Amino acid sequence: MFHWNRIFAVVLRQFYLMRGSLSRVLPLFVWVAVDIILWGFITRYLNSLTSSAFRFVPMLLGAVLLYDFFIRVMQGVTMTFFEDVWSRNFLNVFSTPISIYEYVTGLVISSIASSAIGLAVMFALASFAFGFSFFTYGAMLAPFLLILFLFGIALGIFASAVVLRFGPATEWFIWPIPAFISPFAGVFYPISTLPRWMQYVSIILPPSYVFEGVRKVVSGSEISGNSLLTGGLLAGLYIILSCWFFAWIYRQAVRSGLIARYSAESVS
Amino acid sequence: MNVLSVTNLRKVYGATVAVDGVSFKVSPNEIVGLLGPNGAGKTTTINMILGVLEPDLGTIQIEGMDIATNRSKVLQRTNFAAVYAPLPGNLTVYQNLKIFGLLYGVKDLSERIGELLQEFDLVRFRNAKSGVLSSGEQTRLGLAKAMLNRPRLLLLDEPTASLDPAVAREIRAKIKEFAKSGEGGVLWTSHNMFEVEEVCDRVLFLSKGKILLEGDPKTLPREHKKKTLEELFITVAREPLTLETA
Repeated sequence: MFHWNRIFAVVLRQFYLMRGSLSRVLPLFVWVAVDIILWGFITRYLNSLTSSAFRFVPMLLGAVLLYDFFIRVMQGVTMTFFEDVWSRNFLNVFSTPISIYEYVTGLVISSIASSAIGLAVMFALASFAFGFSFFTYGAMLAPFLLILFLFGIALGIFASAVVLRFGPATEWFIWPIPAFISPFAGVFYPISTLPRWMQYVSIILPPSYVFEGVRKVVSGSEISGNSLLTGGLLAGLYIILSCWFFAWIYRQAVRSGLIARYSAESVS
Repeated sequence: MNVLSVTNLRKVYGATVAVDGVSFKVSPNEIVGLLGPNGAGKTTTINMILGVLEPDLGTIQIEGMDIATNRSKVLQRTNFAAVYAPLPGNLTVYQNLKIFGLLYGVKDLSERIGELLQEFDLVRFRNAKSGVLSSGEQTRLGLAKAMLNRPRLLLLDEPTASLDPAVAREIRAKIKEFAKSGEGGVLWTSHNMFEVEEVCDRVLFLSKGKILLEGDPKTLPREHKKKTLEELFITVAREPLTLETA
Protein backbone atom coordinates (compact mmCIF):
# COMPACT_ATOMS: atom_id res chain seq x y z
CA MET A 1 0.00 0.00 0.00
CA PHE A 2 1.33 3.47 -0.95
CA HIS A 3 1.73 6.06 1.79
CA TRP A 4 1.39 9.41 0.08
CA ASN A 5 3.08 11.30 2.91
CA ARG A 6 6.33 9.47 2.11
CA ILE A 7 5.99 10.18 -1.62
CA PHE A 8 5.20 13.79 -0.79
CA ALA A 9 8.40 13.95 1.31
CA VAL A 10 10.53 13.08 -1.76
CA VAL A 11 8.74 15.70 -3.88
CA LEU A 12 8.84 18.34 -1.13
CA ARG A 13 12.57 17.84 -0.67
CA GLN A 14 13.08 18.62 -4.37
CA PHE A 15 10.80 21.66 -4.11
CA TYR A 16 12.78 22.99 -1.14
CA LEU A 17 16.05 22.50 -3.00
CA MET A 18 14.82 24.22 -6.16
CA ARG A 19 13.22 27.09 -4.27
CA GLY A 20 16.46 27.86 -2.53
CA SER A 21 18.87 27.40 -5.42
CA LEU A 22 19.13 29.38 -8.65
CA SER A 23 21.61 26.84 -10.03
CA ARG A 24 18.91 24.16 -9.87
CA VAL A 25 16.14 26.33 -11.33
CA LEU A 26 18.08 27.88 -14.23
CA PRO A 27 18.79 24.60 -16.09
CA LEU A 28 15.02 24.16 -16.42
CA PHE A 29 14.95 27.24 -18.66
CA VAL A 30 18.42 27.99 -19.94
CA TRP A 31 19.07 25.00 -22.23
CA VAL A 32 15.55 25.19 -23.59
CA ALA A 33 16.03 28.88 -24.32
CA VAL A 34 19.42 28.27 -25.97
CA ASP A 35 17.94 25.54 -28.18
CA ILE A 36 15.00 27.73 -29.15
CA ILE A 37 17.27 30.61 -30.15
CA LEU A 38 19.77 28.39 -31.99
CA TRP A 39 17.25 26.26 -33.87
CA GLY A 40 14.84 29.12 -34.30
CA PHE A 41 17.41 31.06 -36.32
CA ILE A 42 18.61 27.97 -38.18
CA THR A 43 15.06 27.20 -39.31
CA ARG A 44 14.47 30.85 -40.23
CA TYR A 45 17.64 30.76 -42.34
CA LEU A 46 16.63 27.47 -43.99
CA ASN A 47 13.21 28.92 -44.78
CA SER A 48 14.91 31.85 -46.53
CA LEU A 49 16.98 29.48 -48.70
CA THR A 50 14.08 27.55 -50.11
CA SER A 51 11.03 28.81 -51.87
CA SER A 52 9.16 25.56 -51.39
CA ALA A 53 6.24 25.24 -49.03
CA PHE A 54 8.30 23.03 -46.78
CA ARG A 55 7.90 24.25 -43.20
CA PHE A 56 11.17 24.01 -41.28
CA VAL A 57 9.89 25.60 -38.09
CA PRO A 58 7.43 22.91 -37.02
CA MET A 59 9.65 20.20 -38.50
CA LEU A 60 13.00 21.08 -36.96
CA LEU A 61 12.33 23.54 -34.15
CA GLY A 62 9.30 21.52 -33.06
CA ALA A 63 11.30 18.30 -33.09
CA VAL A 64 14.14 19.88 -31.11
CA LEU A 65 11.71 21.15 -28.50
CA LEU A 66 9.96 17.80 -28.20
CA TYR A 67 13.33 16.13 -27.72
CA ASP A 68 14.23 18.78 -25.12
CA PHE A 69 11.02 17.88 -23.31
CA PHE A 70 12.06 14.21 -23.27
CA ILE A 71 15.50 15.18 -21.86
CA ARG A 72 13.88 17.38 -19.14
CA VAL A 73 11.66 14.46 -18.08
CA MET A 74 14.60 12.06 -17.86
CA GLN A 75 16.72 14.57 -15.98
CA GLY A 76 13.82 15.40 -13.67
CA VAL A 77 14.05 11.82 -12.37
CA THR A 78 17.84 11.57 -12.30
CA MET A 79 18.37 15.01 -10.70
CA THR A 80 16.01 14.16 -7.85
CA PHE A 81 17.86 10.88 -7.34
CA PHE A 82 21.29 12.52 -7.62
CA GLU A 83 20.38 14.89 -4.79
CA ASP A 84 20.45 11.86 -2.49
CA VAL A 85 23.74 10.71 -4.04
CA TRP A 86 25.39 14.12 -3.68
CA SER A 87 24.24 14.63 -0.09
CA ARG A 88 25.14 11.01 0.84
CA ASN A 89 21.62 10.59 2.10
CA PHE A 90 20.87 6.95 1.24
CA LEU A 91 21.38 5.64 4.76
CA ASN A 92 19.02 8.26 6.20
CA VAL A 93 16.34 7.77 3.52
CA PHE A 94 16.38 4.00 3.17
CA SER A 95 16.34 3.40 6.92
CA THR A 96 12.92 5.12 7.05
CA PRO A 97 9.68 3.22 6.33
CA ILE A 98 9.62 4.41 2.68
CA SER A 99 9.35 1.54 0.19
CA ILE A 100 11.40 1.48 -2.97
CA TYR A 101 8.25 1.94 -5.09
CA GLU A 102 7.17 4.96 -3.02
CA TYR A 103 10.64 6.42 -3.50
CA VAL A 104 10.55 5.88 -7.27
CA THR A 105 7.03 7.36 -7.44
CA GLY A 106 8.40 10.42 -5.64
CA LEU A 107 11.14 10.73 -8.28
CA VAL A 108 8.53 10.49 -11.06
CA ILE A 109 6.22 13.13 -9.55
CA SER A 110 9.18 15.47 -9.03
CA SER A 111 10.00 15.01 -12.71
CA ILE A 112 6.40 15.74 -13.77
CA ALA A 113 6.56 19.04 -11.89
CA SER A 114 9.95 20.15 -13.24
CA SER A 115 9.29 19.05 -16.84
CA ALA A 116 5.90 20.80 -16.80
CA ILE A 117 7.71 24.04 -15.97
CA GLY A 118 10.17 23.40 -18.81
CA LEU A 119 7.31 22.67 -21.22
CA ALA A 120 5.50 25.87 -20.28
CA VAL A 121 8.66 27.89 -20.89
CA MET A 122 9.10 26.17 -24.29
CA PHE A 123 5.53 27.01 -25.28
CA ALA A 124 5.94 30.65 -24.31
CA LEU A 125 9.41 31.29 -25.75
CA ALA A 126 8.95 29.43 -29.04
CA SER A 127 5.64 31.13 -29.66
CA PHE A 128 6.89 34.61 -28.69
CA ALA A 129 10.24 34.50 -30.51
CA PHE A 130 9.53 32.42 -33.64
CA GLY A 131 5.77 32.17 -33.84
CA PHE A 132 5.89 28.42 -33.34
CA SER A 133 3.07 26.69 -31.56
CA PHE A 134 2.98 23.05 -30.47
CA PHE A 135 -0.70 23.16 -31.38
CA THR A 136 0.45 22.92 -35.01
CA TYR A 137 0.51 19.19 -34.31
CA GLY A 138 -3.20 19.27 -33.43
CA ALA A 139 -4.58 16.38 -31.41
CA MET A 140 -1.41 14.38 -32.08
CA LEU A 141 0.44 16.59 -29.59
CA ALA A 142 -1.02 14.60 -26.68
CA PRO A 143 0.28 11.16 -27.76
CA PHE A 144 3.61 12.70 -28.82
CA LEU A 145 4.13 14.21 -25.36
CA LEU A 146 2.83 11.12 -23.57
CA ILE A 147 5.21 8.73 -25.36
CA LEU A 148 8.21 11.00 -24.78
CA PHE A 149 7.20 11.50 -21.16
CA LEU A 150 6.87 7.78 -20.47
CA PHE A 151 10.17 6.96 -22.16
CA GLY A 152 11.90 9.85 -20.33
CA ILE A 153 10.64 8.47 -17.00
CA ALA A 154 11.76 4.94 -17.90
CA LEU A 155 15.22 6.10 -18.93
CA GLY A 156 15.54 8.28 -15.81
CA ILE A 157 14.70 5.34 -13.54
CA PHE A 158 17.11 3.08 -15.45
CA ALA A 159 19.89 5.68 -15.22
CA SER A 160 19.30 6.12 -11.47
CA ALA A 161 19.58 2.36 -10.99
CA VAL A 162 22.90 2.35 -12.87
CA VAL A 163 24.29 5.07 -10.59
CA LEU A 164 22.98 3.24 -7.53
CA ARG A 165 24.81 0.10 -8.65
CA PHE A 166 28.07 1.52 -9.97
CA GLY A 167 28.49 4.57 -7.75
CA PRO A 168 28.39 8.36 -7.99
CA ALA A 169 31.17 8.59 -10.62
CA THR A 170 28.94 6.87 -13.21
CA GLU A 171 26.64 9.86 -13.34
CA TRP A 172 28.92 11.13 -16.15
CA PHE A 173 27.77 8.19 -18.26
CA ILE A 174 24.18 9.23 -17.68
CA TRP A 175 24.20 12.82 -18.95
CA PRO A 176 25.06 11.94 -22.60
CA ILE A 177 22.43 9.16 -22.93
CA PRO A 178 19.89 11.40 -24.77
CA ALA A 179 22.62 12.50 -27.20
CA PHE A 180 23.45 8.83 -27.93
CA ILE A 181 19.79 8.02 -28.54
CA SER A 182 19.06 11.02 -30.74
CA PRO A 183 20.66 9.73 -34.01
CA PHE A 184 18.62 6.51 -33.73
CA ALA A 185 15.39 8.34 -32.82
CA GLY A 186 15.36 10.27 -36.09
CA VAL A 187 14.81 13.64 -34.47
CA PHE A 188 15.91 15.54 -37.58
CA TYR A 189 15.55 13.02 -40.42
CA PRO A 190 13.34 10.09 -41.40
CA ILE A 191 14.35 6.70 -40.03
CA SER A 192 14.62 5.47 -43.64
CA THR A 193 17.71 7.68 -44.00
CA LEU A 194 19.58 5.44 -41.56
CA PRO A 195 21.54 2.32 -42.49
CA ARG A 196 19.68 -0.91 -41.88
CA TRP A 197 21.34 -1.79 -38.55
CA MET A 198 20.49 1.64 -37.13
CA GLN A 199 16.90 1.22 -38.27
CA TYR A 200 16.68 -1.97 -36.21
CA VAL A 201 17.70 0.04 -33.14
CA SER A 202 15.14 2.72 -34.00
CA ILE A 203 12.36 0.15 -33.97
CA ILE A 204 12.80 -0.39 -30.24
CA LEU A 205 13.04 3.33 -29.39
CA PRO A 206 9.66 4.99 -28.65
CA PRO A 207 10.84 8.52 -29.65
CA SER A 208 11.43 7.31 -33.22
CA TYR A 209 7.65 6.73 -33.57
CA VAL A 210 7.02 10.26 -32.30
CA PHE A 211 9.41 11.97 -34.71
CA GLU A 212 8.18 9.96 -37.67
CA GLY A 213 4.71 11.12 -36.61
CA VAL A 214 5.82 14.75 -36.38
CA ARG A 215 7.11 14.66 -39.97
CA LYS A 216 3.85 13.12 -41.17
CA VAL A 217 1.72 15.75 -39.44
CA VAL A 218 3.81 18.60 -40.87
CA SER A 219 3.76 17.16 -44.39
CA GLY A 220 0.00 16.64 -44.14
CA SER A 221 0.16 12.82 -44.38
CA GLU A 222 -1.90 10.54 -42.24
CA ILE A 223 -0.34 9.09 -39.11
CA SER A 224 -0.72 5.42 -38.45
CA GLY A 225 -2.49 4.92 -35.12
CA ASN A 226 -0.76 1.57 -34.82
CA SER A 227 2.62 3.24 -35.06
CA LEU A 228 1.87 5.60 -32.14
CA LEU A 229 0.30 2.75 -30.21
CA THR A 230 3.49 0.73 -30.68
CA GLY A 231 5.56 3.66 -29.41
CA GLY A 232 3.25 4.04 -26.40
CA LEU A 233 3.28 0.33 -25.59
CA LEU A 234 7.06 0.19 -25.89
CA ALA A 235 7.40 3.19 -23.55
CA GLY A 236 4.99 1.55 -21.07
CA LEU A 237 6.99 -1.69 -21.26
CA TYR A 238 10.23 0.23 -20.57
CA ILE A 239 8.63 1.85 -17.50
CA ILE A 240 7.77 -1.58 -16.10
CA LEU A 241 11.24 -2.95 -16.92
CA SER A 242 13.05 0.07 -15.46
CA CYS A 243 11.04 -0.09 -12.19
CA TRP A 244 11.81 -3.79 -11.95
CA PHE A 245 15.50 -3.09 -12.69
CA PHE A 246 15.69 -0.34 -10.04
CA ALA A 247 14.04 -2.57 -7.42
CA TRP A 248 16.39 -5.45 -8.34
CA ILE A 249 19.49 -3.23 -8.09
CA TYR A 250 18.22 -1.90 -4.75
CA ARG A 251 17.75 -5.43 -3.39
CA GLN A 252 21.27 -6.33 -4.55
CA ALA A 253 22.59 -3.16 -2.88
CA VAL A 254 20.91 -4.10 0.41
CA ARG A 255 22.38 -7.60 0.13
CA SER A 256 25.90 -6.42 -0.67
CA GLY A 257 25.97 -3.52 1.79
CA LEU A 258 26.21 -0.92 -0.97
CA ILE A 259 23.37 1.23 0.45
CA ALA A 260 25.13 1.46 3.80
CA ARG A 261 28.53 2.08 2.20
CA TYR A 262 27.21 5.03 0.20
CA SER A 263 27.23 6.80 3.56
CA ALA A 264 29.75 4.95 5.65
CA GLU A 265 32.53 2.41 5.46
CA SER A 266 30.62 -0.23 7.33
CA VAL A 267 31.87 -3.46 5.84
CA SER A 268 34.88 -3.71 8.12
CA MET B 1 7.93 -7.94 25.05
CA ASN B 2 11.47 -7.10 24.00
CA VAL B 3 11.93 -3.98 21.95
CA LEU B 4 14.64 -5.73 19.92
CA SER B 5 15.47 -9.40 19.53
CA VAL B 6 18.45 -10.33 17.40
CA THR B 7 18.98 -14.05 16.87
CA ASN B 8 22.03 -15.74 15.36
CA LEU B 9 22.85 -12.84 13.06
CA ARG B 10 25.58 -13.45 10.49
CA LYS B 11 27.01 -11.36 7.66
CA VAL B 12 29.92 -12.36 5.45
CA TYR B 13 31.70 -10.17 2.87
CA GLY B 14 33.75 -12.44 0.65
CA ALA B 15 36.26 -14.08 2.99
CA THR B 16 35.54 -11.62 5.85
CA VAL B 17 33.04 -12.65 8.49
CA ALA B 18 31.78 -9.25 9.68
CA VAL B 19 29.13 -10.56 12.10
CA ASP B 20 29.19 -14.14 13.27
CA GLY B 21 26.20 -15.61 15.09
CA VAL B 22 25.30 -12.57 17.19
CA SER B 23 22.23 -12.84 19.46
CA PHE B 24 21.01 -10.29 21.99
CA LYS B 25 17.93 -8.48 23.23
CA VAL B 26 17.01 -4.95 24.24
CA SER B 27 14.15 -4.53 26.72
CA PRO B 28 11.87 -1.51 27.12
CA ASN B 29 13.49 1.28 29.18
CA GLU B 30 16.89 -0.33 28.73
CA ILE B 31 20.05 1.23 27.27
CA VAL B 32 22.38 -1.41 25.88
CA GLY B 33 25.92 -0.53 24.89
CA LEU B 34 27.39 -2.27 21.84
CA LEU B 35 31.13 -2.00 22.33
CA GLY B 36 34.16 -3.18 20.47
CA PRO B 37 37.22 -2.07 18.52
CA ASN B 38 36.99 -0.68 15.00
CA GLY B 39 35.97 -3.46 12.63
CA ALA B 40 34.35 -5.55 15.34
CA GLY B 41 31.00 -5.54 13.52
CA LYS B 42 29.06 -2.89 15.47
CA THR B 43 28.03 -0.73 12.52
CA THR B 44 27.31 -3.79 10.38
CA THR B 45 24.97 -5.03 13.12
CA ILE B 46 23.26 -1.62 13.32
CA ASN B 47 22.89 -1.47 9.52
CA MET B 48 21.18 -4.86 9.54
CA ILE B 49 18.79 -3.71 12.28
CA LEU B 50 18.04 -0.59 10.20
CA GLY B 51 17.12 -2.73 7.19
CA VAL B 52 19.79 -1.27 4.90
CA LEU B 53 21.86 -4.44 4.98
CA GLU B 54 20.47 -7.94 4.58
CA PRO B 55 21.84 -10.58 6.94
CA ASP B 56 23.06 -13.87 5.47
CA LEU B 57 21.56 -15.70 8.41
CA GLY B 58 19.52 -14.91 11.50
CA THR B 59 16.47 -12.86 12.39
CA ILE B 60 15.81 -9.36 13.66
CA GLN B 61 12.54 -8.67 15.45
CA ILE B 62 11.40 -5.28 16.67
CA GLU B 63 8.47 -5.50 19.08
CA GLY B 64 7.91 -9.04 17.84
CA MET B 65 7.79 -8.11 14.15
CA ASP B 66 10.40 -9.47 11.76
CA ILE B 67 12.12 -6.76 9.72
CA ALA B 68 12.44 -9.14 6.76
CA THR B 69 8.66 -9.41 6.40
CA ASN B 70 7.38 -6.15 7.97
CA ARG B 71 10.03 -3.66 6.93
CA SER B 72 7.88 -0.49 6.81
CA LYS B 73 5.99 -1.21 10.04
CA VAL B 74 9.19 -2.05 11.89
CA LEU B 75 11.08 1.01 10.66
CA GLN B 76 8.18 3.25 11.68
CA ARG B 77 9.04 2.26 15.27
CA THR B 78 12.78 2.68 14.84
CA ASN B 79 15.12 5.61 14.33
CA PHE B 80 18.82 6.27 14.46
CA ALA B 81 21.53 8.85 14.67
CA ALA B 82 25.10 8.32 13.56
CA VAL B 83 28.01 10.65 13.23
CA TYR B 84 28.69 9.34 9.69
CA ALA B 85 25.14 9.97 8.46
CA PRO B 86 24.56 13.73 8.69
CA LEU B 87 21.31 15.12 7.35
CA PRO B 88 21.53 16.86 3.92
CA GLY B 89 23.48 20.08 4.39
CA ASN B 90 21.63 21.84 1.57
CA LEU B 91 18.33 21.82 3.50
CA THR B 92 17.52 23.95 6.53
CA VAL B 93 17.05 22.47 9.98
CA TYR B 94 13.27 22.85 9.70
CA GLN B 95 13.14 21.40 6.17
CA ASN B 96 15.13 18.33 7.21
CA LEU B 97 12.86 17.69 10.18
CA LYS B 98 9.76 18.24 8.05
CA ILE B 99 10.89 15.78 5.37
CA PHE B 100 11.96 13.06 7.79
CA GLY B 101 8.78 13.65 9.80
CA LEU B 102 6.77 12.94 6.65
CA LEU B 103 8.87 9.86 5.86
CA TYR B 104 8.22 8.49 9.36
CA GLY B 105 4.52 9.46 9.23
CA VAL B 106 4.71 11.67 12.34
CA LYS B 107 1.33 13.03 13.45
CA ASP B 108 0.99 16.75 14.32
CA LEU B 109 4.35 17.25 12.68
CA SER B 110 4.68 21.03 13.02
CA GLU B 111 4.03 20.79 16.76
CA ARG B 112 6.52 17.93 17.11
CA ILE B 113 9.20 19.85 15.22
CA GLY B 114 8.63 22.84 17.52
CA GLU B 115 9.08 20.64 20.60
CA LEU B 116 12.30 19.11 19.27
CA LEU B 117 13.77 22.46 18.22
CA GLN B 118 13.25 23.60 21.83
CA GLU B 119 14.49 20.38 23.36
CA PHE B 120 17.71 20.26 21.35
CA ASP B 121 18.33 24.02 21.50
CA LEU B 122 17.95 24.44 17.75
CA VAL B 123 15.30 27.19 17.63
CA ARG B 124 17.76 29.87 16.50
CA PHE B 125 18.99 27.58 13.69
CA ARG B 126 15.48 26.78 12.45
CA ASN B 127 16.06 28.41 9.05
CA ALA B 128 19.81 27.82 8.83
CA LYS B 129 21.17 25.36 6.28
CA SER B 130 22.19 22.20 8.13
CA GLY B 131 25.55 22.18 6.35
CA VAL B 132 26.68 25.42 7.99
CA LEU B 133 26.03 24.17 11.53
CA SER B 134 28.96 23.20 13.73
CA SER B 135 29.52 19.47 14.17
CA GLY B 136 27.96 19.65 17.64
CA GLU B 137 24.87 21.41 16.29
CA GLN B 138 24.62 18.86 13.47
CA THR B 139 24.77 16.07 16.04
CA ARG B 140 21.93 17.72 17.95
CA LEU B 141 19.95 17.95 14.72
CA GLY B 142 20.60 14.28 14.01
CA LEU B 143 19.33 13.41 17.47
CA ALA B 144 16.25 15.62 17.00
CA LYS B 145 15.54 13.71 13.77
CA ALA B 146 16.09 10.42 15.62
CA MET B 147 13.45 11.42 18.20
CA LEU B 148 10.89 12.66 15.62
CA ASN B 149 8.75 9.51 15.60
CA ARG B 150 9.16 8.75 19.33
CA PRO B 151 10.87 5.48 18.37
CA ARG B 152 10.48 2.28 20.35
CA LEU B 153 14.01 1.36 19.33
CA LEU B 154 16.62 4.08 19.13
CA LEU B 155 19.95 3.19 17.53
CA LEU B 156 22.80 5.54 18.32
CA ASP B 157 26.18 5.05 16.67
CA GLU B 158 28.68 7.21 18.61
CA PRO B 159 26.12 9.98 19.11
CA THR B 160 28.34 12.19 21.26
CA ALA B 161 31.60 11.73 19.31
CA SER B 162 31.80 15.33 18.14
CA LEU B 163 30.28 17.10 21.14
CA ASP B 164 32.05 19.10 23.84
CA PRO B 165 31.80 17.59 27.34
CA ALA B 166 29.04 19.95 28.51
CA VAL B 167 26.78 19.29 25.52
CA ALA B 168 27.62 15.58 25.59
CA ARG B 169 26.43 15.42 29.19
CA GLU B 170 23.14 17.13 28.25
CA ILE B 171 22.63 14.71 25.38
CA ARG B 172 23.31 11.71 27.62
CA ALA B 173 20.75 13.06 30.07
CA LYS B 174 18.17 13.44 27.31
CA ILE B 175 18.72 9.91 26.05
CA LYS B 176 18.52 8.50 29.57
CA GLU B 177 15.30 10.41 30.05
CA PHE B 178 13.99 9.04 26.73
CA ALA B 179 14.71 5.47 27.84
CA LYS B 180 13.33 5.84 31.35
CA SER B 181 10.21 7.90 30.63
CA GLY B 182 8.78 6.15 27.59
CA GLU B 183 8.57 2.56 26.45
CA GLY B 184 11.56 2.68 24.15
CA GLY B 185 14.91 0.94 24.33
CA VAL B 186 18.28 2.18 23.13
CA LEU B 187 21.18 0.42 21.45
CA TRP B 188 24.24 2.64 21.83
CA THR B 189 27.75 2.34 20.43
CA SER B 190 30.54 4.44 21.83
CA HIS B 191 34.28 4.39 22.34
CA ASN B 192 33.96 6.59 25.42
CA MET B 193 33.96 4.10 28.31
CA PHE B 194 33.20 6.77 30.91
CA GLU B 195 30.04 7.57 28.98
CA VAL B 196 29.11 3.93 28.56
CA GLU B 197 29.48 3.30 32.27
CA GLU B 198 27.31 6.31 33.06
CA VAL B 199 24.55 5.61 30.55
CA CYS B 200 24.27 1.92 29.77
CA ASP B 201 22.35 -0.63 31.82
CA ARG B 202 24.11 -3.46 30.05
CA VAL B 203 26.98 -3.79 27.60
CA LEU B 204 27.90 -6.28 24.89
CA PHE B 205 31.53 -6.54 23.85
CA LEU B 206 31.95 -7.47 20.19
CA SER B 207 35.21 -8.78 18.81
CA LYS B 208 35.71 -10.11 15.28
CA GLY B 209 31.97 -10.27 14.77
CA LYS B 210 31.18 -12.26 17.91
CA ILE B 211 29.83 -11.26 21.30
CA LEU B 212 32.69 -11.91 23.67
CA LEU B 213 31.33 -10.51 26.92
CA GLU B 214 28.01 -9.29 28.24
CA GLY B 215 27.06 -7.69 31.53
CA ASP B 216 26.67 -4.66 33.76
CA PRO B 217 29.28 -2.04 32.81
CA LYS B 218 29.81 -1.25 36.50
CA THR B 219 30.66 -4.80 37.55
CA LEU B 220 32.01 -6.36 34.36
CA PRO B 221 35.60 -5.06 34.73
CA ARG B 222 35.95 -6.59 38.24
CA GLU B 223 34.49 -9.89 37.03
CA HIS B 224 37.36 -10.06 34.55
CA LYS B 225 40.02 -8.76 36.92
CA LYS B 226 40.30 -5.37 35.29
CA LYS B 227 40.25 -2.02 37.06
CA THR B 228 38.15 -0.08 34.57
CA LEU B 229 35.85 -0.59 31.60
CA GLU B 230 38.47 1.05 29.42
CA GLU B 231 41.06 -1.51 30.48
CA LEU B 232 38.61 -4.27 29.67
CA PHE B 233 37.91 -2.67 26.28
CA ILE B 234 41.63 -2.58 25.47
CA THR B 235 41.96 -6.25 26.40
CA VAL B 236 39.02 -7.10 24.14
CA ALA B 237 40.62 -5.14 21.32
CA ARG B 238 44.17 -6.50 21.71
CA GLU B 239 43.95 -9.87 23.40
CA PRO B 240 40.43 -11.23 22.94
CA LEU B 241 41.68 -14.82 23.31
CA THR B 242 42.73 -14.22 26.94
CA LEU B 243 39.10 -13.41 27.73
CA GLU B 244 37.67 -16.26 25.70
CA THR B 245 39.77 -18.75 27.64
CA ALA B 246 39.30 -17.02 31.04
